[in-house]
Amino acid sequence: MDQVVAYLPSILNGTLVTIALALLSLALAVALGLLGAWAKLSDNPGANRLGAAYTTLIRGIPALVMMLLLFYGGQEIVNRVGSATGLWEYYEIDHFTAGVFVVGFIMGAYYTETFRGAYLSIPRGQIEAATACGMTPPLIFRRIVWPQLVRYALPGFTNNWLVHLKETALVSVLGLEELVRESFVAGRSTRQLFTFIFVALVIYLILTALSETGLRWLDRRYSRGVRRA
Amino acid sequence: MTDAAPVLEVEDLHKSFGEIEVLKGISLTANRGDVIAMLGSSGSGKSTFLRCLNLLETPNSGKVSVQGETIRMGLKRGLPAATDRRQVERIRTRLAMVFQGFNLWSHMTVLENVVEAPIHVLGLGRAEAMERAETLLNKVGIWERRDYYPAHMSGGQQQRAAIARALAMNPDVLLFDEPTSALDPELVGEVLTVMRDLAEEGRTMIVVTHEMGFARDVASEVVFLHQGQIEEQGPPGQVFKNPRSDRFRQFLARTRE
Repeated sequence: MDQVVAYLPSILNGTLVTIALALLSLALAVALGLLGAWAKLSDNPGANRLGAAYTTLIRGIPALVMMLLLFYGGQEIVNRVGSATGLWEYYEIDHFTAGVFVVGFIMGAYYTETFRGAYLSIPRGQIEAATACGMTPPLIFRRIVWPQLVRYALPGFTNNWLVHLKETALVSVLGLEELVRESFVAGRSTRQLFTFIFVALVIYLILTALSETGLRWLDRRYSRGVRRA
Repeated sequence: MTDAAPVLEVEDLHKSFGEIEVLKGISLTANRGDVIAMLGSSGSGKSTFLRCLNLLETPNSGKVSVQGETIRMGLKRGLPAATDRRQVERIRTRLAMVFQGFNLWSHMTVLENVVEAPIHVLGLGRAEAMERAETLLNKVGIWERRDYYPAHMSGGQQQRAAIARALAMNPDVLLFDEPTSALDPELVGEVLTVMRDLAEEGRTMIVVTHEMGFARDVASEVVFLHQGQIEEQGPPGQVFKNPRSDRFRQFLARTRE
């Protein structure tokens, strides 16, 4: 127990890194998800193909493989560009930034499908009714589509987010000192791996439980008109 | 906005879906207070015609004018399209549409549905829009349900709410696209009553319908479409008693069964 207390600051620090990584990559993933959904739904064949390639590729490859590829591949590309242009000698992408981009990029493909499905759930006639009133497309998006998109997307979003939050553990492989890595290091140096991994497990459970509570609140808020309490 | 111009004028409207020509040159004029009932079997093009008026469908050729103002059409990437989106949006506020499936916005209460476009499209103040909405909801008889969500109302109530939403735009023409076709038989009457009242008020209405009684008693003009063309047209007293077209006669015989 003393050892847990001794290592607690570093584990809490790791927890903060995990939370920051999850939230920042969420922002990227949601942006990519909306963009991807728009691309897949658009009339433009080029955008369609790009969207399809994105989701098919990412969802067809294990996240770990994709992450190693993107991280080491990305690192190499950055340095090749550097030496080709002569602008920089050697640049090492820091693990946190890499983690945000890689997790965001991977999860974006899953959010794409969530948002696309949610958009398709909005009855077409409601958009027509808005059009027939003389609403402009941005107004229709803001007033009619978005509130319903959020509502229809929330169940899938919640599911994705729980996967997403846990997916950040993969970044420990790259050496980022997040929750899993900090716990692992603590466990190894105290020879109490089980205890420390258990601590990590409890922290993950707390984070996911909090997420679920928050998302359930949002779900109730956006379900107005569907099932009213 | 001259008084001399018809409220709505359609000239030689054509519309194709791929190879299939659905409208083969339809012309129609609606003057203030006209109630035009459009009849025809399914696939005759009557709904498509209505949807071409507010450009929910883009006609391939022909002219649509509202209060003397013609919607400017041209080509975009080789396809027919309206050239001035703002003009179309402005004209759409003059033509309010009531749909077969009601199409109320499900995340908004009835009252919110009715004030939405007046506030955000017409730029009406909230208080004024609310007042207008309450008056209209009272008129269609669902004022008590103003805080209900559409999912918690019957089809007849939803359609009356949709009519209130259309009226809230203070439009020049009301377009009804089979407003009673999705309703249980016992709910049709309440919607038709509201529409009858509107006709009596002198509203200009174009009504695509299967309700022969409504066409006979309320319409000032009946138009029968068959395979994308006008087969029969005239005041109900005349066309129902002495139909000139065989197809209309057959149609009438079938609907009387």
